[in-house]
Amino acid sequence: MSTNTGMVEKYRNNFLKEVEANVEEGEWVKMCMQCGVCAGSCPLGSHWAHPPQEIFMMIRAGKRDEVLTSDSMWMCTSCYNCIVRCPRELPITHIMHGLANYAKRLGLTPKSQPTAWFSQVFWDNMMKKGRVNELKLGLSLYFKDGLVSGIKESIKHQKLGMNMMKAKRMSIAELFGGHGVKDISDLQKIIKKAEEIENARIESYGK
Amino acid sequence: MAGEMKIGAYVCKGCGIGERLNADQLATTATRDGKAAICQQHDYLCSEEGVNMIQNDIDNEGVNRVVIAACSRRAKTDAFAFKHVTLHRANLREGVIWVRPDSDDQQETTQEMADDYVRMACAEAKYSKVPEASGQQGVNRNILIVGGGVAGMTAALEASKAGYPCTIVEKAATLGGAVAQLYKTIPTKAPYADPQDSGVDELIAAIEADSNITVHLNSRTTNIAGAPGRFAADISAESGATVTKDFGAIVQASGFKPYDANQLPEFAYGKNKDVVTQLELEALAKAANGSAIKRPSDGKEVSSVVFVQCAGQRSKKEGHLEHCSGYCCSASIKQAMYFKDQNPDVETTIMYTDLRTPGAGGENFYRSGQKKGIIFTKSVVSEVVNGANPTVKFKDLILNEEAEVEADLVVLATGMVPNAGQATRAELTIEENEDKADAKSSGEAQVIRVEVESILNLDYRQGKDVPHMANGFADSHFICFPYETQRTGIYTAGPTRRPMDAKQAMDDAMGAAMRAIGEAENAGLGKAAHPRSGDLSFPTFRKEGCTQCKRCTVECPFGAINEDEQGYPVYNESRCRRCGTCMGACPVRVISFESYSVDTVGQQLKAVDIPEEFDEKPRILVLACENDAYPALDMAAQNKLEYSAFARVIPVRCLGSISLSWITDSLNSGFDGIMLMGCPSGDNYQCHFVKGSGTAQERMGKVGDTLQSLSLEKERVATYEISITDIHKVPKLINDMATTIEKIGMSPFKF
Amino acid sequence: MAKYEYSYYPGCSSQKGASSSNLSRSVETMCEELDVKLNVIPDWNCCSASIGYGGGGVLPRMTLSARNIALSEKHNVGQDIVATCAACWLATKEAQERFDHDGDLMADTNKALAEAGLKLENKTKIRHMVEVLIEDIGYEQIGSGVKRPLEGLKVAGYVGCQTNRPFGIDGESFENPMYLDKLVDTLGGESIKTYEKKVQCCGGALAFSEPVKSQEMIHGIIESAYDNGADVIATPCPLCQANVEIYQDEINAKYGSKFNMPVVYYSQLIDVAYGRNAKDASLDGQIIKAKKLEDIAGK
Repeated sequence: MSTNTGMVEKYRNNFLKEVEANVEEGEWVKMCMQCGVCAGSCPLGSHWAHPPQEIFMMIRAGKRDEVLTSDSMWMCTSCYNCIVRCPRELPITHIMHGLANYAKRLGLTPKSQPTAWFSQVFWDNMMKKGRVNELKLGLSLYFKDGLVSGIKESIKHQKLGMNMMKAKRMSIAELFGGHGVKDISDLQKIIKKAEEIENARIESYGK
Repeated sequence: MAGEMKIGAYVCKGCGIGERLNADQLATTATRDGKAAICQQHDYLCSEEGVNMIQNDIDNEGVNRVVIAACSRRAKTDAFAFKHVTLHRANLREGVIWVRPDSDDQQETTQEMADDYVRMACAEAKYSKVPEASGQQGVNRNILIVGGGVAGMTAALEASKAGYPCTIVEKAATLGGAVAQLYKTIPTKAPYADPQDSGVDELIAAIEADSNITVHLNSRTTNIAGAPGRFAADISAESGATVTKDFGAIVQASGFKPYDANQLPEFAYGKNKDVVTQLELEALAKAANGSAIKRPSDGKEVSSVVFVQCAGQRSKKEGHLEHCSGYCCSASIKQAMYFKDQNPDVETTIMYTDLRTPGAGGENFYRSGQKKGIIFTKSVVSEVVNGANPTVKFKDLILNEEAEVEADLVVLATGMVPNAGQATRAELTIEENEDKADAKSSGEAQVIRVEVESILNLDYRQGKDVPHMANGFADSHFICFPYETQRTGIYTAGPTRRPMDAKQAMDDAMGAAMRAIGEAENAGLGKAAHPRSGDLSFPTFRKEGCTQCKRCTVECPFGAINEDEQGYPVYNESRCRRCGTCMGACPVRVISFESYSVDTVGQQLKAVDIPEEFDEKPRILVLACENDAYPALDMAAQNKLEYSAFARVIPVRCLGSISLSWITDSLNSGFDGIMLMGCPSGDNYQCHFVKGSGTAQERMGKVGDTLQSLSLEKERVATYEISITDIHKVPKLINDMATTIEKIGMSPFKF
Repeated sequence: MAKYEYSYYPGCSSQKGASSSNLSRSVETMCEELDVKLNVIPDWNCCSASIGYGGGGVLPRMTLSARNIALSEKHNVGQDIVATCAACWLATKEAQERFDHDGDLMADTNKALAEAGLKLENKTKIRHMVEVLIEDIGYEQIGSGVKRPLEGLKVAGYVGCQTNRPFGIDGESFENPMYLDKLVDTLGGESIKTYEKKVQCCGGALAFSEPVKSQEMIHGIIESAYDNGADVIATPCPLCQANVEIYQDEINAKYGSKFNMPVVYYSQLIDVAYGRNAKDASLDGQIIKAKKLEDIAGK
């Protein structure tokens, strides 16, 4: 959390600058002209506590906690409708991803936010072998709230799983080994390096 | 032309007229009823051969009244453009065959329609004269420009470049006006990213270097008499010295004054020195000249500034301006850049409700402001609290919450009040004893009179300045008639006309200069200005019949008529737009034009053949404004929209020209219905003569009495507002009137 | 030599035993028919799709794609990269665009790639298989190879999101792309031009994390297909296909509907129209059988 407090100190009155420096495509936030087309274009629009243009205004108003602890940006389905309709051509989808990632990085994501959780599971699953193991990903989804509810979930979705197996679109073999890149250590080295570079850059802004 | 009147009538058989109508019968009508000395038919009258045939009769047979029985007067005007004769059109195509079904059972009424139009055209011919210019003035190419700001200077330079000598009269000691007070201006060139130098010094230098331009500083126009082509202006210096100069036309570029921010106590203006107007910030920026801007109270370098948009504007609150001044959003972006460009860490916030950045580069400039880190907050400011630092209280409209922010400096975008002189309509009261309906109907006379110094000091019966439109701007209908004021030959440019920024004012000035040049030339030739461009006819009156009632001098939309010492009208031909509102106003019918008079129309409606009551063939008189209603009827015909065969349409110059005698005469001669079609009136008027249609509506209020005295139903006379686009509406209205007459029965006045 | 040759990025879900293995099988058949050779990028990795952002920052995510492009540039020299998965295509193309516009990002990603001795040139075109069909092969040529027109088959062309936005297919609109309809018509089928859910989001990855919200949207997508008289929904996107097909039981239970709408890939339509059997067209991979299409394939 040291990073987190550091940011608060440094940017007390200028959350916008923090976002511009540290959030994916954050330098676009100031370009929003508050027309609200994004909010009207979002397929999950009604589920956002703060639609994108409001988030942008909150950033300008310095509402750091409210923005980063919000679960709004986790509602993004990555449908890109807002991007193509934005008259100012803001990469809204990416800004939302960026804000979500930044909130996660600072540990401000609301507890048990399902997409935040799933997103991390996906990343971890993928990073193990370099390719997604769909079976394990699905199972972790069922078992996310513990063994008992996981078994219940599994039973509930048993038919779906069986259907997929029958159609040869899910394989039990994936539990044991499964697909993956050959040079997994190489890939992990690459991504580790990328993470180091990125972390160092963000850390340096807090100092 | 002093010779005898000789009517030549020409019946065209082209465009289906020959197939649908009996041309021989039309020719007989023209000679027997219309008293045409010559009548010829042609298969294709607008062809070279047809035109030559007519020209030959003019040249060799002494024809001086030409009646064309063919298409609408709006068609084939190039072909039928004969000189030194009067021209009359019987509209058989758009007026008859295109609006009537081609069937045997309709043949009789269709032919009657056509015969009537031939009679009417001949009747008009009989009572028309060939108009000739009065020679009241010659060409004077000097242009007077009132106001030496960027608009006035641009107008002068443009007119001078075109070869017209200009005289600028500026009340201040220097040229440059409001723009000279600015540190920089809104960008006018791509990429529209940064404030730019105003260029005002270059403009002034260009004026000084131009030998064709004379400048009077510290001066005002203290009297302007005359008319286009012969304006005589007294130019008085502060010292009292006055010179009188003659001009052909005038550009009024008198600019604006900033709204008085003292009327905004809620924003702590006057209480807190660090609450300033945009214009005051320009002074601070000029003083800083690129270094950090310091605030007035203690000279501290400003580190945070809030711009309050629409301060006292776009509000119906007492003392506020109702209009949007149009330039202030861009101006605030520009001013925020003064801070950001010098030091990006200065916090600049623009509080707006609707950000409006008109002009080609407006949106780019807004984006540039955003890129530079100016924060735009959609919000309504409720209060600025006085303190060591002013605190702005506002409602954030996006986040829907009340908030406040402290700043080193608060800038109020207070907007512009036009420098348009006196609201002259306030002086329009008829001194004679008028009935109550009249006083009520001229509602504009109730406008509260505010004592404002006149700018032009016109020696006009109707007041010293150009009349105002909405919110005190000296404009005309700006979409239909840009630059036109309600005073011919006087063209407004810049913020005196409507709110605008410097670039727009300079563009505006070019337009106004062009119109001024045009009118100076026009007036010299005795020709009318828009919309009857080129018309040589002008109103005259028969003095022995005049009762000095002054209606004409008061009702003229253009202030064209002055009064002499005895109260007789004094016409100023070149101020006149030839609408005929004076003619319609005259209760004793002494005003007329050579080619348009009480008789030219009155005799037409009398020429209509009125069938006997029991023939069940009513007659509906349609008096249609030539500007919108008549074209709409033509277009309805082009679309083959049918209307009643009982209608007889007479184009009029303006509803304002309609003489009440036409109404009483037509009722007396047995017309069953009368329809008056004119342009929309009121605040969003489309009347090409500004007030003509409105005035006509007022006058028609009295027709009810006439109908009552004749024991006729009030439905028989109706007035309609028609736009040129009402193509489907006009035939329907006529048909509705026909249905109404069917219901209430025929007029008993058929003899 | 095949007429067309590309560097192929199949993506995780296209692998054997994965959720869109039927897509890759049908694409293989289609490519046989159209004389297209696909050279798989050796040792490709996941692109992290559009859901990896919670775990990975910008640079790690972009670097995943950088590795794939670099591998293609190293092994499949001079060949355009072609993806069949919307997310793979989008993530790779997006990464490429960012590298183009951001020199620092490009430098950083190359620092990371250097750990495994790789280098990104970023000179390779990233394309979707649909672009290959439309731009390289063309409707006319596709139509000329039709042996068994899809007569009487009413197809709701469900383009979805990521094949359509933000890049989309050149010349198509975001709001109403027509290429899928044109393709259906080219194959002798009957496209449903009034299908109003054509570009509606199915929830994407949120079908897993927010099933209730997503299934509401999926419900609309299927309902509209029924309302428009569709026999089958066709899509270019693997996640669209899975989301719209596999939850129909759950949706029926929740909404009391009786949905049983088959959802197929454009490639399967081509396979059948080109005279291939149901198995070659991987119609055996359907969870909801595409009965009418199978009938045509069995003719």
